Amino acid sequence: MIRFEHVNKRYPQRGEALKDLSLELAAGEMAFLTGHSGAGKSTLLKLIGLIERPSRGRILVDGRSLGDLPRRRIPYHRRGIGMIFQDHRLLNDRTVSENVALPLVVAGMARREVGRRVRAALDQVGLLALERAQPIALSAGEQQRVGIARAVVARPPIILADEPTGNLDPDLSSEIYALFERFHEVGVTLLIATHDQERVSRMAYRILRLHQGRLVADSGNW
Amino acid sequence: MTRRRFQPVNRRRPRSPGLSRRRLSAWLEQHRESALESLWRMLRQPLATLMTVAAVAIALALPTALVVVLDNLRTLGGDWQRSAAVSVFLAQDLDEAEGARLRERIAQRPEVATVALISRAEGLAEFRAYSGLGGALDQLNENPLPVVLELQLHPSALEPTHLTPFLATIEALPEVAFLREDAQWAQRFQAILGLLRAGVALLALLLGLGVLLVIGNTIRLEIENRRDEIHIMSLVGATNSFARRRFLYSGAWYGLLGGLLAWLLVTLMVWLLADQAASLANLYHRSFALQGLGVADVATLFAGSALLGILGSWIAVGRHLGLSDDI
Ligand SMILES: Nc1ncnc2c1ncn2[C@@H]1O[C@H](COP(=O)(O)OP(=O)(O)O)[C@@H](O)[C@H]1O
Ligand SMILES: [Mg+2]
Repeated sequence: MIRFEHVNKRYPQRGEALKDLSLELAAGEMAFLTGHSGAGKSTLLKLIGLIERPSRGRILVDGRSLGDLPRRRIPYHRRGIGMIFQDHRLLNDRTVSENVALPLVVAGMARREVGRRVRAALDQVGLLALERAQPIALSAGEQQRVGIARAVVARPPIILADEPTGNLDPDLSSEIYALFERFHEVGVTLLIATHDQERVSRMAYRILRLHQGRLVADSGNW
Repeated sequence: MTRRRFQPVNRRRPRSPGLSRRRLSAWLEQHRESALESLWRMLRQPLATLMTVAAVAIALALPTALVVVLDNLRTLGGDWQRSAAVSVFLAQDLDEAEGARLRERIAQRPEVATVALISRAEGLAEFRAYSGLGGALDQLNENPLPVVLELQLHPSALEPTHLTPFLATIEALPEVAFLREDAQWAQRFQAILGLLRAGVALLALLLGLGVLLVIGNTIRLEIENRRDEIHIMSLVGATNSFARRRFLYSGAWYGLLGGLLAWLLVTLMVWLLADQAASLANLYHRSFALQGLGVADVATLFAGSALLGILGSWIAVGRHLGLSDDI
């Protein structure tokens, strides 16, 4: 589903954030991306979402090379990927359901269908009761779950999460990981960046370990 | 377990008639949503919105008001031209009976629409009423005014090539002392009106540019304030045209609301001035009602203002939205 072939990413003046990186993630696979801060985890995720472009090498998503994707097709590419951020990136001047609806609204879905899907997504993350709340009034864990609802509302086949539990205490983190496992069960491909080494080693999923831009360990696809 | 295929929402599919109709209605719905969303956002900041709308309205109201004034002047001028009259002052020693015989003769001429005879007594009464010199006239023991024939000419007779020989013939009649004609004045008036119209067009152009700048600047600020939102929308798959569309609708609303307010201002002005204009016209023996904007003018104002708004925001969006797909 996701394939990196000898990918380099160089930021101007910052040197190489990723060096000769090759990896493959099968459809429906769930994997963790670990490594110290600055190891290149965020950069790797951004390359998949075409938020950044590789300096060298090739990235394929669902068999298609992203380098060949014309610019105007990028939004359509992103609609197939649910992105979750550590700072959840919610819009504070909108309600929870308006935030969750965003990917459907920008895709031009009919209003009635949007409402139905938004409620389904909020139900999945257990926030149906907070539909009309403002994000700012929610706890950190709730805000993150709103972010997750927004990422899954369009039912994308791929979910990328960048340190989704970075700000959460262990109990709330466990809830979030339980949600990810549910998505995994219905066949979504998930790649989750985290520096919570201890937790991921307790969970039985593939672990990709980055160090200074290189893939230094891969627990393998089993 | 079923694996999901990579099939993002709204991916392009092959066209088929049923599908394209559905896409058209989805497209319309999207535009409606964007338009309402933009309006809603503006109404949530009523003060800021009102300031922009008022600035646009004032800039639009000025040339619109001038157009109203010019239209009314033209109507007035048209009246004058149509009624272009020639006053024929008869010799002092002619009485009303002789004047009436001359009237019959002149009425036969093809150039003449109507001839009215103003008797010496009527002339005196009118002079007394409008000159304010009534007291002085009372000193005279004899009416000094001659009999006057007022000719209304057919418009076709107003061509200079026609008019000049005709007037010469009339003036040569032994009963006639002298003529006074209004036609030339009406022609000059038309020429002045043409000049004023060109001036108003130039002014409208300048103020239209002002509207463009006002709306462009408002949209630029809005873009700056909504960077985060634009960014997040892009991350969840908004196309550039989606992001652009909302700002274009904002611009259209600013323009349209400004046009609406300008129309209200001008209508108010017409309403306030109507009475004064009527009493002024009365002084000149004319029934004259000040005309407001016609339907076509209003339609032009609204369409033009909305278009200016779209254009202004288009420029701002092009310069400041800075849409790049690699954020
Ligand atoms: N936009 C950027 N511009 C310049 N350098 C960047 C940018 N983003 C990340 N970097 C650099 O790239 C390296 C990897 O960063 P990042 O991918 O954020 O790592 P991680 O997410 O693992 O902490 C770091 O050295 C970081 O400073
Ligand atoms: Mg990071």
